Amino acid sequence: MMDAGLPLLEVTDLATHFHTQRGLLRAVDGVSFSVRRGQTLGIVGESGSGKSALARTIIRILSKRHTTTTGRITFEGRDLLTVSEPDMRDIRGRDIAMVFQDPTSSLNPVKQVGVQIEEVLARHLGLRGRAAQTRAIELLTSVGMPLPQERLHQYPHQLSGGMRQRVAIAIALACEPKLLIADEPTTALDVTIQAQILDLLHRRQKAHHMAMILISHDLGVVAGYTDTVAVMYAGQIVEQASTRSLFRNCRMPYTAALMRSAPNLSDPPHTRLRAITGRPPDMVLPPPGCRFEPRCDDATDICRNRRPALSASDADGTHRYACWHPVASPGASA
Amino acid sequence: MNALADDPGHETASPVGATIPMRVRDRLGLRFWLPAAWITMVVVLAATASLLPLPSPIETDFTALSNWPDRAHWFGTDQLGRDILSRAIFGARISLTVGLLAPALGLGIGMLLGMTAGYFRGRVEIVIGAAMDAVMAFPGILVVLAVTAYVGASVPLLVILLGVLTVPTFMRVARANTLVFAQHDFVLAARAMGATHWRVLSLELLPNVMIPILIYALLVVSRIIVVEGVLSFLGLSLPAPWPTWGNMIADGQVELATLPYIPFIPAALMFLTVLSINLIGERLRARTDLRGSVL
Ligand SMILES: Nc1ncnc2c1ncn2[C@@H]1O[C@H](COP(=O)(O)OP(=O)(O)OP(=O)(O)O)[C@@H](O)[C@H]1O
Ligand code: SF4
Ligand SMILES: [Mg+2]
Repeated sequence: MMDAGLPLLEVTDLATHFHTQRGLLRAVDGVSFSVRRGQTLGIVGESGSGKSALARTIIRILSKRHTTTTGRITFEGRDLLTVSEPDMRDIRGRDIAMVFQDPTSSLNPVKQVGVQIEEVLARHLGLRGRAAQTRAIELLTSVGMPLPQERLHQYPHQLSGGMRQRVAIAIALACEPKLLIADEPTTALDVTIQAQILDLLHRRQKAHHMAMILISHDLGVVAGYTDTVAVMYAGQIVEQASTRSLFRNCRMPYTAALMRSAPNLSDPPHTRLRAITGRPPDMVLPPPGCRFEPRCDDATDICRNRRPALSASDADGTHRYACWHPVASPGASA
Repeated sequence: MNALADDPGHETASPVGATIPMRVRDRLGLRFWLPAAWITMVVVLAATASLLPLPSPIETDFTALSNWPDRAHWFGTDQLGRDILSRAIFGARISLTVGLLAPALGLGIGMLLGMTAGYFRGRVEIVIGAAMDAVMAFPGILVVLAVTAYVGASVPLLVILLGVLTVPTFMRVARANTLVFAQHDFVLAARAMGATHWRVLSLELLPNVMIPILIYALLVVSRIIVVEGVLSFLGLSLPAPWPTWGNMIADGQVELATLPYIPFIPAALMFLTVLSINLIGERLRARTDLRGSVL
């Protein structure tokens, strides 16, 4: 289709620093990636690796007073870091929408479901009254809510967690955004519901030919639903590849460790998961070299002193990793 | 294009209507409904006092001075022959007017300031906080005494003075709750959907902050009714001959020897009203799921 042109979103050397009492906290530190229409990019990393900070930077909802952002975020040819605040408000919700981790917190507890959907329709599409209600019912139907008409008048606490997340997704999709950022959309849900919500997101994304950024700390979640994956560690992207290539052929020891720590269906029962030992670095004073160095089994002197740049692993340069001593690609060794 | 569900919900959906929002009625019990009935009665009587077939509260009936209760005057008459029941009902007007309007004024201003401070933080919060400290530094009741004694008592003046004195506490309750609710993702989610700060404050935070603040306001209402009673007891509310509960108690003292029950009628009305409001507030506080709001 129209994919051949420019990417929908192109992030270049993006950095977000929080001003904290201890100094600058480099939550996002030199991140670059791009997403095309109809594509899903997965962003994976441990808790605290800066995934949410990255998502919030893109949609520009971090407090200006407490953060410094540098770099470029090009969305449909416009740099989101330089557009005016009123223009940005029009982009939010209409062109770029977001689904949050915990629907219990991301829906307003004292407002009926219908009201929360209709407010967005009024804000961006000027729909009110009957038209808005009809559209709200349509949206609830599209996210798989049984009895949508009755749901309009219910409060979030009357819905199950999965149903709440469906409502949150309906709100995010209300204006058919071009880009949907889903920040750990299933982390707060029951395991049995997780797959349903991910399937739903996947189907809506295909139906609208929408671009999606799917954030998760779980490689398993990302595996089935993304075209490309970026692995984040301590505010930086340490490996980036097509989903296929990453799972077949990961090069960065951190990615490898993440894969080992994820439960695998093909493992024999009672296999011990190998959790990654140690903790992510302090992002006010990160290690000068490779940030994974304190926890890496393969670390050497060069890792301690010099930061590895992203380098290409394959011929066309789509699989990139940042490591001085990449793990051998299993394809080559096996 | 969305007309068809592409995902039949597999989750076990709770039957619609199984829980009706805010179905508090059958859970509140007599400790709520009895006081509520009393308040309703007082409010309705006070509001319709001039339509009721009551003797005038200020006209003196020289044929019935200091009478014990009888057919014509159910609660008797005072030393000037004025109907006690009528005076008590008309007196409720002043207590309720001041008791409701002063907190309403304080709530309006306090909530505006408190939500602004709690949402924007930073310099705005510091300035508002300092202004509130300044108001709190005044010895409240002394200021009211001084001003009313100087410019003369009137209901609007009382409403404004008492209202301003309640602003700081309303501001604190509003700010504390705004701080709590602003932490919730629905604020961020609203911003992510293109809402302005104004919309976040008015459409997202206000409905949440409103609940604890209204419950708190009940407490203030009952306090202000007592304060108004004290002021009018001291002759600093409404000028005679108009009745207020406070000045009825004061006037009744004169008759203590002949008709000792007179001061107890307005006193009992005030006591029951204040008690009822407090009971209602306590019940609501206990029964509403305040979702982490602060009181
Ligand atoms: N508003 C803030 N002010 C200061 N520091 C912050 C703020 N928000 C996040 N951080 C810090 O930034 C770093 C990245 O946080 P972020 O929430 O982006 O991580 P995450 O990858 O989304 O983690 P999780 O999986 O727990 O959601 C953390 O060290 C966190 O403490
Ligand atoms: S650069 Fe060195 S420390 Fe960092 S991941 Fe590679 S081997 Fe480990
Ligand atoms: Mg996060």
